[in-house]
Amino acid sequence: MELKDKLVSSFLAFEEDFGADNEVHQIRSQAIKDFEDLGFPGRKEEAWKYTSLNSILKHDYSVFPKKEEAIEYRDIKKYLIHDIDTYDLVFIDGIYSSHLSQTTHDKIDVCLMSSALNKPQYKPVIDNYFNKIAPKSGLNALNTAFAKEGAFIHIHKNKLADKPIQIINFSTGNESALLVQPRNLMVVDENSHVQIIERHQSLTDHPVLTNSVTELYADKRAIVDYYKIQNDKSTASLIDNTFIEQQAESHVSVHTFSFGGKLVRNNLNFYQKGERIDSTLKGVTIIEGKQHVDHNTLVHHIEPNCESHQDYKGVFSDKSVGVFNGKVVVEKEAQKTNAYQSNNNILVDDKATINSKPQLEIFADDVKCSHGCTIGQLDEEALFYLQSRGIPRKEARGLLMYAFANNVLESVKIPEIKKRINKLIALKLGVELGFNL
Amino acid sequence: MLKIKNLHASIDDKEILKGINLEINPGEVHAIMGPNGSGKSTLSSVIAGKEEFEMTEGEITFEGTNLSELDPEERAHKGIFLSFQYPVEIPGVSVTNFMKTSINAHRKANGLEDMPANEMLKLIRDKSEMLEIDRKFLSRSLNEGFSGGEKKRNEIFQMAMLDPKLSILDETDSGLDIDALKIVADGVNKLRNENNAVLVITHYQRLLNYIVPDVVHVLVDGKIVKTGGKELAHQLEEKGYDWLKKEAV
Repeated sequence: MELKDKLVSSFLAFEEDFGADNEVHQIRSQAIKDFEDLGFPGRKEEAWKYTSLNSILKHDYSVFPKKEEAIEYRDIKKYLIHDIDTYDLVFIDGIYSSHLSQTTHDKIDVCLMSSALNKPQYKPVIDNYFNKIAPKSGLNALNTAFAKEGAFIHIHKNKLADKPIQIINFSTGNESALLVQPRNLMVVDENSHVQIIERHQSLTDHPVLTNSVTELYADKRAIVDYYKIQNDKSTASLIDNTFIEQQAESHVSVHTFSFGGKLVRNNLNFYQKGERIDSTLKGVTIIEGKQHVDHNTLVHHIEPNCESHQDYKGVFSDKSVGVFNGKVVVEKEAQKTNAYQSNNNILVDDKATINSKPQLEIFADDVKCSHGCTIGQLDEEALFYLQSRGIPRKEARGLLMYAFANNVLESVKIPEIKKRINKLIALKLGVELGFNL
Repeated sequence: MLKIKNLHASIDDKEILKGINLEINPGEVHAIMGPNGSGKSTLSSVIAGKEEFEMTEGEITFEGTNLSELDPEERAHKGIFLSFQYPVEIPGVSVTNFMKTSINAHRKANGLEDMPANEMLKLIRDKSEMLEIDRKFLSRSLNEGFSGGEKKRNEIFQMAMLDPKLSILDETDSGLDIDALKIVADGVNKLRNENNAVLVITHYQRLLNYIVPDVVHVLVDGKIVKTGGKELAHQLEEKGYDWLKKEAV
């Protein structure tokens, strides 16, 4: 049976299990119909021209993992940012692990989607925000139909999340092949502030496919810094669908660090619904082998006097493939928009590929929009400079790539993340930095 | 120390150096002067091992070792240092971290362990004080946003840190104001001793007032057309290069 059919026919059992009288029953039922109509995206669709899901859809994925796997903290510590205090939401094969997590309801809500969907006190928030900005697509509909668990974060008005929130999804390989679909909702009220770290990590060599949907609302003057760490095994694939709606004067930044995985697709969409909004999208991609990482971004400028900054860098070795498809839409009313986009790439080997496609649709006349894309090899003059300082060519190459990728990190606000990513970059590029980062 | 015999070198089949002979002994300072396009920078690049130049004839030996088969880093490990005319910017790597990487690469090549951190810090402190370099400067990204003078001073700082046997200063005076020039020249002079040598490559005589050469060579059209003492530099300052160009023909 094809995966699509299997999923559709699993839906009834899922609803029975979860309760058809649930508030979001209607939304789910509609979603499975939408998925049945739309299915998985194919390469005939413009946005999927360079990324085919065929190779990852052929597995016979288990949709309902049996039970929580016993995982000890020491086994997963290295995947967590553990040198600072954080709230942690840890999921194992899609199921919440209470003993590895640290939640709170003190001034801010850091808890579970399953609670939010079922408990009356969250009903107003769910009614207002759940499944409101994710546009209709096969992948979103599939996630919505099976939406059950994930992170629920609500930062109330004028509150500051006192420590970063980590969301980590582990898969253990209990099943031969596993499909997990985390569903996250983050509501950040007026004048509030939060930092979020998200990671997906497979602990198995069995195929894992994650189709995650995150909706994030940043109300007036809210500040959100969101870091996505993608450094998974080459048997794990991730489709990350993140939709962000911003109100006036809010600042939201998303940094995506893609260092591994079989296939990674990031659908990152920003919708600006007020004036003087700032949206920042940054990415570093360093991959090798046959890995494939696709960044598909959208920034929708709807109101005047807003900014967006996109800076994506990629280093591609062996036969790896990168895609950058960055769309910026500036509506007629969105005068005085400043929209910057840059995508710079280094192809290390002859057989590595990058498909880079900026798309600007500008309907306003008084705007500053820039975009630039480079694809290059390393600068020979710079290599010679480093070699003449006694640094062997291989290390000199690594150092230059490190320098190339590293400056995206300047805007990272959590020092421990910066340090961690710096080390990952150095490790990926085989640079023995010989110094403490 | 350095012996160059009948060196011919070309880039993209265009011959730039057309038979250079040069011998530099420990303790000596040599200057190579010449008009633009005469091949001065090519000569320094060829000695340091830049790959885009092809040596078509002749040989370069350094302390008896034929350099032609050595990569640039191997030449550096043997004690050759090139101060670049246009140092390259390396964002994200601080001056300090770059020096640590460079020094430890040298040590590794010579079979030594990494330099202990306290020793490294002391070395950095001593050399930066010698060259009047602000500590803040050392934590900035290498050459990124540096002024012309800062870049050149940083090159000499690297030279001081690495303590090479042969230092080639390629147009080190360009882009320097007189105060910076003095600091740089003082630094070079302090580093001089009977065991090392300096090759100064310059268009103008100005730098040679501060780093006084034992021997001056004039390079015109890929050949050394005249060799003399330091007074030759003064002669060139007064008369220009034209009279030598005529002699060369």
